[in-house]
Amino acid sequence: MIHPQRKAVALISGGLDSMLAAKLVLEQGIWVEGLNFFTGFCVEGHTHAIRHRPGQKPKRNNALWVAEQLGIRLHLVDVIEEYKDVVLNPKHGYGANLNPCIDCKSFMVAQAREWMTRNGFDFIITGEVLGQRPKSQRRDTFPIIARESGACDRLLRPLSAKLLPPTLPEAEGWVERSKLCGFSGRGRGPQIGLAAGFGFTDYAQPAGGCCFLTDRAYARKLRDLWEVRGEKSYDFDDVMLLKIGRHLRPSPRFKLIIARDQGETRYLGGYRQRFVHMWPTRHGGPLTLVQGEVSDPDLELAARITARFCKSRRAAQVRIEVVTPERGSYAMSVAPLSADEIPGKWYL
Amino acid sequence: MVSVSRHVLDARNLLCPMPVIRTQQTAATLAVGEVLEVHCTDPGALVDIPAWCRVHGHTLLDTQTHGDELVITLRIAEPSRPGC
Repeated sequence: MIHPQRKAVALISGGLDSMLAAKLVLEQGIWVEGLNFFTGFCVEGHTHAIRHRPGQKPKRNNALWVAEQLGIRLHLVDVIEEYKDVVLNPKHGYGANLNPCIDCKSFMVAQAREWMTRNGFDFIITGEVLGQRPKSQRRDTFPIIARESGACDRLLRPLSAKLLPPTLPEAEGWVERSKLCGFSGRGRGPQIGLAAGFGFTDYAQPAGGCCFLTDRAYARKLRDLWEVRGEKSYDFDDVMLLKIGRHLRPSPRFKLIIARDQGETRYLGGYRQRFVHMWPTRHGGPLTLVQGEVSDPDLELAARITARFCKSRRAAQVRIEVVTPERGSYAMSVAPLSADEIPGKWYL
Repeated sequence: MVSVSRHVLDARNLLCPMPVIRTQQTAATLAVGEVLEVHCTDPGALVDIPAWCRVHGHTLLDTQTHGDELVITLRIAEPSRPGC
């Protein structure tokens, strides 16, 4: 009797762990394809693109790069809309910031389960390591993710498999449990050793995680957005704008988003039609978007703050071009605020 | 002579990975041998779309830069493996 080749779908983040997990299963003769989800909060991609400087080599997409190294297909999936419920209503709450890690992992495994069913695959692989993450990668949360995602015993975690109850692929003999790993904890040594064994010398080692929701500064800005809006909601533009520029809230009524470099100025320029905006005309400097309701004194304050971040911040007067829906485009000359005149609490 | 359908995808003003995702979505609707011309403005697409082509076996035909705009042309390959 000829046994069909078994097929597994792997969650590929672009980091080392998911790469190794997929490799361990590939080595056992399983057909593997990858999924990479774009939630909007990913640190990769957009942020690098926005702050790209002329002449700088574009950053690679690590998930695609991993797929190439493994020789597997990778399907990139836009889950921006579906992911909102995870961020806004996490059943298991948030981590240290606004990271809904358990719900997030359950969501992604559930998406993979649907893909697996639709495409006739047999099981799911993740790069999770027992004890590596304080919120989602624990002995008590692993079963929750397997159950709530609907993947149940078709969810294989090759890097920690020997420390976990056998899954269906192991029980059925599709994969040999003895050839999987028993890694645990936050140390990276075992993974680095395994990578060396496979001959992987180049792999991404993201500093500070790959999701903006784990970032304290980003979470503060998102909380501010919800507070001002009076409800927990967001759209894709909100997510993007929170990644870009300096955010200052001088008043509950309005907030400024001030570009930090040319790339951000260009990107924010795409939003000019939707917001009151301003920029220094004669002195190199940033584009500023004004979000909220503003009076004339508010606009003058916004212009003085904008002037603070242009090259001539020490000049007596800086000319700022302002565009509002009511008045169209007009110029004002303002004295830049000094650093001391901008209270720390304005910075989000 | 057999004529080949040529399709154009406007992915301008999208930042990576969205140009790749849109390319993937459009490619899924095309037949083997059809040609897709992707117009983008994110320089990252010059790295990502060719990588995506290599991973899926599609043929990268050409990449051109016109000022801020990039045009990446590819030919759809036959899906040779399970999850298309």
